[in-house]
Amino acid sequence: MSIKTKNLDKVVIRFAGDSGDGMQLTGTRFTETTAIVGNDLSTLPDYPAEIRAPAGSLAGVSAFQLHFSSKKIHTPGDQPDVLVAMNPAALKVHLSELRPGGIIIVNENAFSSKNLKLAGYESNPLEDGTVDSYEIYSVQMSTLVAKACEGMDISPKTVDRTKNMFALGLLYWIYNRPLEPTIKWLGKKFAKRPELVDSNIKALNTGYNYGETVEIFTTRFAVDKAPLSAGKYRNINGNYATSVGLLAGSIKANIPLFYGGYPITPASDILHTLASFRHFGVKTFQAEDEIAGITSAIGSSFAGNLGVTASSGPGIALKGEAIGLAVIAELPLVIVNVQRGGPSTGLPTKTEQADLFQALYGRNGEAPVPVIAAQTPGDCFYAAFEACQIAIKYRTPVFLLTDGYLANGSEPWSIPNFDDLPIIDPNFATQNDDLPFMPYDRDEKTLARPWAIPGTAGLEHRIGGLEKEDLTGNVSYDPENHHKMTELRGQKVQNIVDDIPKTEVLGNESGDVLILSWGGTYGSCRSATERLQNDGKKVSHVHLRWINPLPKDLGEILIRFNNILIPELNMGQLFKVIRADYLVDAIGLNLVKGRPFKASDIVDKVKETIG
Amino acid sequence: MAETKVKTPKLDRRDFVSDQAVRWCPGCGDYAILAQTQKVFPDLGVDREKFVFISGIGCSSRFPYYMNAYGFHTIHGRAPAIASGVKLANPDLSVWVITGDGDALSIGGNHTIHLLRRNLDINVMLFNNRIYGLTKGQYSPTSELGKITKSTPLGSLDRPFNPLALVLGSHASFVARAIDRETAHLQSMIQRAHSHKGSSYIEIYQNCNIFNDGAFAPMTDRETKSDTVLRLENKKPLLFGAEMNKGIFIDGHTPKVVELGDKWSIDDLLVHDETDWTIAMMLSNFTYQDDFPNPIGVFYCVDEPVYEVMLNEQIEFAIKNKGNGDIQALIDGADNWVVE
Ligand SMILES: Cc1ncc(C[n+]2csc(CCOP(=O)(O)OP(=O)(O)O)c2C)c(N)n1
Ligand code: SF4
Ligand SMILES: [Mg+2]
Repeated sequence: MSIKTKNLDKVVIRFAGDSGDGMQLTGTRFTETTAIVGNDLSTLPDYPAEIRAPAGSLAGVSAFQLHFSSKKIHTPGDQPDVLVAMNPAALKVHLSELRPGGIIIVNENAFSSKNLKLAGYESNPLEDGTVDSYEIYSVQMSTLVAKACEGMDISPKTVDRTKNMFALGLLYWIYNRPLEPTIKWLGKKFAKRPELVDSNIKALNTGYNYGETVEIFTTRFAVDKAPLSAGKYRNINGNYATSVGLLAGSIKANIPLFYGGYPITPASDILHTLASFRHFGVKTFQAEDEIAGITSAIGSSFAGNLGVTASSGPGIALKGEAIGLAVIAELPLVIVNVQRGGPSTGLPTKTEQADLFQALYGRNGEAPVPVIAAQTPGDCFYAAFEACQIAIKYRTPVFLLTDGYLANGSEPWSIPNFDDLPIIDPNFATQNDDLPFMPYDRDEKTLARPWAIPGTAGLEHRIGGLEKEDLTGNVSYDPENHHKMTELRGQKVQNIVDDIPKTEVLGNESGDVLILSWGGTYGSCRSATERLQNDGKKVSHVHLRWINPLPKDLGEILIRFNNILIPELNMGQLFKVIRADYLVDAIGLNLVKGRPFKASDIVDKVKETIG
Repeated sequence: MAETKVKTPKLDRRDFVSDQAVRWCPGCGDYAILAQTQKVFPDLGVDREKFVFISGIGCSSRFPYYMNAYGFHTIHGRAPAIASGVKLANPDLSVWVITGDGDALSIGGNHTIHLLRRNLDINVMLFNNRIYGLTKGQYSPTSELGKITKSTPLGSLDRPFNPLALVLGSHASFVARAIDRETAHLQSMIQRAHSHKGSSYIEIYQNCNIFNDGAFAPMTDRETKSDTVLRLENKKPLLFGAEMNKGIFIDGHTPKVVELGDKWSIDDLLVHDETDWTIAMMLSNFTYQDDFPNPIGVFYCVDEPVYEVMLNEQIEFAIKNKGNGDIQALIDGADNWVVE
């Protein structure tokens, strides 16, 4: 039988299995290989909050979705074309989202009566017609890897764990991907356990050869390189990009990076990553709680380091009082919130954008904090760098908002040249014998105050959380002064608009609908806009990076559209800000289901709006 | 503690007096503590600009405003964490935490214990007046059981913390107690804390003459103090009393107060040893026990590895192993590809 190769523009694969089946790892490997092959891609890891939910249960299903294409893409895909289900629970949870007629690949060995029962199947879905309308490949992966590893001196359990590599190998065959990058990676990963290198490579090869020799697959698919602009690329996820962006900021400012934080999903990887940067002189401090995380960072900034803290909603809530301290002390500080579903502990591993109000308003008193939001995994690098720039330039805490989707999702990233990034001048205060030192004197243009760090002779001074007297910084209860200082702090943050570039409009400068978005919904909104524009609709897209302050030119853009649609993964937060600030009758599209928008969600809403 | 050579000419007490009017109630014990600090600081051998005072919130926490050095009056309970950031950012600074019993042991209890177990080289001065002064007189975690205050009209129900037992339990490497009125002794405790490398904790009994007047009167009144205060001196027997005729004897595992005379001689008494944690813990438990005198002085002083020193060693080690970090290489990553 001859096997044809068919060219495709794009493929969406969802790997799903039990938490113990290694689906995140499998997905990540496919991603790395696909990046190297030169496709554009976007990923969506989706894993349970429990580390080890009962094996085989619905709660324990972990998934990883990957969209790759020969074209520019912006999202992890609305609907999978292929579902790899390593057990019945994975099939049960994800089948409904598979494209009609899509491909299913299952590990047949896992469809035991016990597992079927755990997944809530009364009869075997592989036999009872459940999957008849799909292209189903039922493969005895466990049996095949056991055979492949026969004679090796490793436990059957360890052998069975390699079945994810089998699945990966098979998919590499189907989609014409090379095995070498994974083989190389396995060698590194298990350098100390050669038997694991061997067994995993065997499983990988067995999966690949299975496709080649067993004549059940009639078609292989090729997805050509995407037309990415020339340059050097790597694959990068949001938390890593954030970490490197922060480091880059500190190096450009020529001051050490101090990170104080407390572990929390999905922000912990920033702590882990920065902790591995000791050879850059990065000081990471795993504090006793989030409050100590941020306050130690504030202390480090007071002493002349670049203080950074990161957390997610619950931890940010704990930091609130300290953020107010940084506002009144007017010290540089970057606060990263990798948002997750709330309120309270909420949905730790699921994405959401519901902490915008918390960032804008979640403090006592008039305590304005600049807020920047990253838009793609790779953009986390630039957003983090920009947050450092503004924090230092304006002597202010800056909120950087990312989210679970950006943090764990990845994309090919055009590698920047570090030398091309701007220098950040910390502009530390120095002694001037002629004049008494005024810790709350201000730069005329920015209104930033001097950063006089301990150890500088002649600049000894005291600051604190009590209201400061203008110029001297002494404690002051004077009502006129309090009003003035409140205005100064507000104006200082407002002045940041001068650092915000002109707003880019994707599409015409006027039209029926403007899709206005912020943060991690960028990709879905951009895809939706492109589809609608291809459909001839008068739709444009504006994506906000800075939400406080909002760009100067936003108001004039908004009034040129008949409708403003604001899709958000919350119940309407930017929506309320825009309505309040610009008095426009915006429409919200709000979803809090723990996943990003599908582009189709937005397309449908626009069509509903303009018919 | 800062290592670098002092370059300024000899400082004087007035160099540490800031231009801010001191605003504690007249008669408050905080005045004495401020005065002693300003007196000893010129002799510590550190340039003034290297001193940093970090405080939380409370009457006591206003202290940094009055010291002409770097100062940061922060938020309630968090001074140890802020100070940790300061010290880690610049280990060359001499960092002092000023805190109250509510600040350090109630809202900031968590930061207190973690600072001490990490053993950063930071000096903590706990102003213990056994009351919330600034909020006008509620009982505090060190108020005695049954304390009648505005918030406990029928008496407090929670047993007090014994601060030094708590800090010893957190493995503080330097633990001492002083009294606001014992000025020379207080100065020497400040000096000792300064010269110790690692976290130093000085509990200072401080009279709040407005809301808890006389809390330590038995230990400060001329008539009673010699019988109620036990002055600790390293390698010396634990003796006290107006005639120095009483001492601490260990009966099995239990300390007992004995009177010297026919039955007991000075050789029977326990000899203080600042490096013995068990003795320190035992002495700390004399507090709140009417049958025992209240020890002041250095309870415990040992050298333990210092956090910021180890952090910098890790950085040096990492650099030695991996070479100085190359940011472009990091941005490039291990797996990258070129699109033509
Ligand atoms: C978050 C917060 N909660 C409560 C307060 C109110 N408050 C200020 S000081 C204080 C207690 C101070 O007691 P202590 O630490 O013993 O200091 P003292 O005034 O006795 O020196 C309280 C409850 C506050 N400032 N901040
Ligand atoms: S209230 Fe008490 S502690 Fe506070 S300043 Fe007055 S006397 Fe001192
Ligand atoms: Mg008190």
